[in-house]
Amino acid sequence: MAERKFSVRHVPGAAPIAIVTFIALYAPIVILIANAFNAGPVIGRWEGFSLRWFASAMQNEAFRNAALNSLIVAMLAALFSTLLAVMAALAITRGRRLKGEGGIFVVLNQPLLVPEIVLAIALMIVLAQIKQATGYHGLAYMIVAHSTFCIPFAFMPIRARLEGMDLTLETAAMDLYAGRFYTFRRVTLPLLAPGILAGFMLAFVVSLDNVVVSSFVKSPGQETLPTYLMGELRRNLSSEIYAISALLLFASVTVVAASWLITRRKP
Amino acid sequence: MLSEAASGEALLRRAETRRRWSLAMPALIVISLFSILPLAVMVVYSFLTPGTYGNVEWQFSLDGWFSVIFERDLFDDTLGLADAHLSILGRSALLALATTALTMVFGLPTAWFIATRPVASRAYWMFLITVPFWTNLLVRTIAIQEVIRADGTINRLLLGLGVIDAPIQMMFTNGAVLLGMTYVYLPLMVLPVYAAIEKFDFRLAEAAYDLHASRFYCLRRVIFPLIRPGVIAGSILVFIPALGAYVTPRLMGGGRAMMWGNLIDLQFGQGRNWPLGAALSVSLTLLVMIALVLSVRRFAGGGRADG
Repeated sequence: MAERKFSVRHVPGAAPIAIVTFIALYAPIVILIANAFNAGPVIGRWEGFSLRWFASAMQNEAFRNAALNSLIVAMLAALFSTLLAVMAALAITRGRRLKGEGGIFVVLNQPLLVPEIVLAIALMIVLAQIKQATGYHGLAYMIVAHSTFCIPFAFMPIRARLEGMDLTLETAAMDLYAGRFYTFRRVTLPLLAPGILAGFMLAFVVSLDNVVVSSFVKSPGQETLPTYLMGELRRNLSSEIYAISALLLFASVTVVAASWLITRRKP
Repeated sequence: MLSEAASGEALLRRAETRRRWSLAMPALIVISLFSILPLAVMVVYSFLTPGTYGNVEWQFSLDGWFSVIFERDLFDDTLGLADAHLSILGRSALLALATTALTMVFGLPTAWFIATRPVASRAYWMFLITVPFWTNLLVRTIAIQEVIRADGTINRLLLGLGVIDAPIQMMFTNGAVLLGMTYVYLPLMVLPVYAAIEKFDFRLAEAAYDLHASRFYCLRRVIFPLIRPGVIAGSILVFIPALGAYVTPRLMGGGRAMMWGNLIDLQFGQGRNWPLGAALSVSLTLLVMIALVLSVRRFAGGGRADG
């Protein structure tokens, strides 16, 4: 083992390209964050560290409304999609193979198979009819749309967790005269919890980040953070945009890091 | 006695099946109503007549599909190819392919690098890849746009160094869209390729070297065939969203380097030709699904052939 001059794992050029890739991946993000903290008014001319753009975003009512909408939609969409995904996962990953299981699986992943812009416009057409018929123009449309395409994302970690789970524990509980519901609440659910939490977080991030479906489903005057950013970008680029981008970035990274830590903990 | 027990079991089984179906039902209903049904409406709309101010009139017509490829001359009513659309569709296909190729150029060595780190540190390297993957696509597009825009980092740097006198116009070109998409979709290539390389048994490579294989020969004939399923999976994951990309070409390409997704948007907006937009949507979706089915089949076949 000591004389490893020639390593089969070494491929000339791989390491330098990988390092360049990592730098290229993160340099734009670092530049964006630096711009968000720039004290000066001109993008790209560094005049010292400051939180003024974050402060000015906080004072901007349009931003606050968009942020609130984003949080409401992401929270509820993640909640609904996780609930539906847990039920579906319990139905198809355990016990005897269900007839038509493959079909259920395809339907659950269907939102991922359609280009986002197509789903967005198709939803816009259908929901516009409902909006006209009911006269309701609230956030519910966006919550429902987000819940739909978040299902496959919530489903993935939950199914992975269920497949790795030991069925004998539940059988043992049932053998000891625990009822079906009691077994679920005291055995299955605690074991499944990390998967559910990871699924919820992924759904939350996916909803929080969505631009395309939101911009077509939203009613006039309704904004989420990404659609607000998109609209502002069309007007003009400002340091405040970078501050808002940095906030969004921070929010997603926090959630992803948390879910990464949760899923790394083995059962 | 025996048959009674058997029929009891059958009853239990049926109850169990019904219970499991009812558990799956809510998710299936939501997806059917808000993803499959809208798509079906899209299919129907592609066979209708455009309304004067957008929307559709309920009259059957094949014009939507017809005008994906052909256009009728306004003056002499002759048929010609719809060059404007076709060039956009062609550009989408080429840019999506080029994006796939570029993410391979940078993604494969990166995946190899990560997979050959010590086991303990791999997770941290992979974390560095997954973070951009889960962060906002729009924010990442804004970030890469800042680098190449007229007042952006690169131009500022080159102007400051005196290399150029006037900013280089890089935005709103095919190159800008390609750069943006490569930047945004790169993690999708690295993830599956890494998974494939990590499973690779390096004793096979050692055996090849022991039998006097050159480094390149071993890479080509031993290593690559075994990680190919990962590379194919990565290519699908990059190609499909790239073909239907909307946000990145919109910000980086503007009106000058439009892609398929932007063309669809245009038909439902200013173009006021919903049936054409619907036909373009359905054809894009079909293309994506065909690509998926074909590659899944090849993917499965390749796995079997390699044992």
